[in-house]
Amino acid sequence: MEKFTTHTGVGVPLRRSNVDTDQIIPAVYLKRVTRTGFEDALFAAWRGDSSFVLNQEAYSAGSVLVAGPDFGTGSSREHAVWALKDYGFRVVLSSRFADIFRGNSGKQGLVAGVVSPEDIEILWKILETKPGTEVTVDLEARTATADDVTVPFQIDDYTRWRLMEGLDDIGLTLQEADKITAFEETRASWRPKTLPARHLPAVEIEAARPV
Amino acid sequence: MAGTLAEKVWEAHLVRRGEDGSPDLLYIDLHLVHEVTSPQAFEGLRLAGRQVRRPDLTIATEDHNTPTLDIDRPIADLTSRTQIDTLRANAKEFGVRLHSLGDADQGIVHQVGPQLGLTMPGLTVVCGDSHTSTHGAFGALAFGIGTSEVEHVLATQTLPLAPFKTMAITVNGALPAGATSKDIILAIIAKIGTGGGQGYVLEYRGEAIRALSMEARMTICNMSIEAGARAGMIAPDETTFEYLKGRPHAPEGADWDEAVEYWKTLRSDDDAQYDAEVVLEATDLEPFVTWGTNPGQGLPLSASVPVPADIADEGERETAAKALEYMGLTAGTPLRDIKVDTVFIGSCTNGRIEDLRSVAKVVKGKEKASDVRVLVVPSSARVRLQAEAEGLDVIFKEFGAEWRNAGCSMCLGMNPDQLAPGERSASTSNRNFEGRQGKGGRTHLVSPLVAAATAIRGTLSSVSDLDLPFDIDITTFDGTPLDGVGASPLGESVVVDLPIPVAGQPALR
Repeated sequence: MEKFTTHTGVGVPLRRSNVDTDQIIPAVYLKRVTRTGFEDALFAAWRGDSSFVLNQEAYSAGSVLVAGPDFGTGSSREHAVWALKDYGFRVVLSSRFADIFRGNSGKQGLVAGVVSPEDIEILWKILETKPGTEVTVDLEARTATADDVTVPFQIDDYTRWRLMEGLDDIGLTLQEADKITAFEETRASWRPKTLPARHLPAVEIEAARPV
Repeated sequence: MAGTLAEKVWEAHLVRRGEDGSPDLLYIDLHLVHEVTSPQAFEGLRLAGRQVRRPDLTIATEDHNTPTLDIDRPIADLTSRTQIDTLRANAKEFGVRLHSLGDADQGIVHQVGPQLGLTMPGLTVVCGDSHTSTHGAFGALAFGIGTSEVEHVLATQTLPLAPFKTMAITVNGALPAGATSKDIILAIIAKIGTGGGQGYVLEYRGEAIRALSMEARMTICNMSIEAGARAGMIAPDETTFEYLKGRPHAPEGADWDEAVEYWKTLRSDDDAQYDAEVVLEATDLEPFVTWGTNPGQGLPLSASVPVPADIADEGERETAAKALEYMGLTAGTPLRDIKVDTVFIGSCTNGRIEDLRSVAKVVKGKEKASDVRVLVVPSSARVRLQAEAEGLDVIFKEFGAEWRNAGCSMCLGMNPDQLAPGERSASTSNRNFEGRQGKGGRTHLVSPLVAAATAIRGTLSSVSDLDLPFDIDITTFDGTPLDGVGASPLGESVVVDLPIPVAGQPALR
């Protein structure tokens, strides 16, 4: 994972609350089996609307999204983060994120910073008054700067450290493989195992037909 | 030390406690896998040269993309087929048990775990699907994860996690007739909002919850995520043990006794501290339906579509106005006057055998409204077989409904079961987001009983709107007790603004 220290890019004001993962990327795009190439799927339902913010030239190359509260609610699909990243976003700022979305962001190198609603409003006003204004996000200082305004954002220490070091979670955990093995030895025998497989007798399932 | 149910399960799975702000490392007992959120995780393993650490704690099924018609023929949608073929290849390569389309154990992943007896009290259960919270109904700590976490669990059987906060949701009293566990959870979400549970594990308790069947409890825990919560839990009791006993993977002999003894300790201590508490009176409930585009936008069926201008909060007012525009609804319209095109009965929320029995009870001997399409999609192939053994399929077909094969189907429209643009549904599923059931589709979330009544009348309806003979008891079906459905006599429903005091610190405000 690429290290993240600071990033400067065009800020995009998304004046909507409750932007759920079906809005970020509709389910129809989840059928792909690759990890990249989701940029066309981002906000797909809104991209056909010429007034949508990303369809305006000043914002189309944006990389810092400033969104309303409860961003990323709904499903656990990590595709929502991939779509944002594939489009070019490196940072999303909101006054509140859905938990799963925030967790997914941290794992993919997308900074999800929590900014107070008042500061979100200030950033929106700057970005709407002067479209194309760049926002500088400093992960070490946990600040976002647009024009002459600097606002603080919150991100937990552990995620920040991992993002700044560009560390892979699985590699970190596997360093503790002996602890995992020791835990497994204490596991009670009533706890289930999927293998060997047990199930009721196999029965042929009749296929339903169109009526 | 006194602890909550969630804390007890958490503590029992600590591989390593986090220090200096680093997360705890938690062991995962059961990992459920499906075709949509797993391909990139397996690809990640392959790229890193890693194996699945515990194939014997992992099980996969095909559900999100699978067609519900012509399942014996090649899947017409090429991308769906690719995704399913990819899961089959990955399961083979990594030695993961898979129940494929056409197999008697195929079905929605959250039905497959419980019906095989793999879901048990005291486990940690994860799946790359937010409705994994369903399994919390057994007293398991169960939550949805993203694809990176799927890869992490495949490789290490653990997850680094920061502790959650806990919220007690106490539901007192008994449900009135015609109200179900779906109405309880829709009322809770309407009250605390789609972000109200954020950062919390919700624990449902109280007399009304205790009285629910396992399946009705699953409906409640299933929708915890719609309140923003990571998980929902219900302490196990005799109802739980009864459901589990004798299932294929349930413990046997001395293991069973040891397990039950342990499971009985899985309840919050009397003096346990929660970070927040919510109280709800079940007796005040009536059937709930959603009118907007998030599951928190719900009202009792006797209410009317809200008038945005009357909403004090500017943000909520705008959200409501946008929702009404998308939904094609006029402010002030009585909810009962809303006409639907499709009724969808199914999903991991309400596609289980009890749901199908309660629908059959209402529609038996009746005909559906002529211009309404009715889809009945069992949550698993075994549920379908059970329904057929009870003759429910015949009742549905005579009613004019389509009786389909199992899968997620129209809940999220990844297969051909979709709404057309502008089409309106009454759906027993869990999300009414814009475009969820098909581009431009309009969804009203409802209970199975409301779905059944709506299919008969063509407009959003409850069983109290039906011309049912006075002595029909909707709480039983052919002598089978239908827990989870109110047992008091039919009567005039009363709308009450539910007083739900929220104590403690709200999450992240």
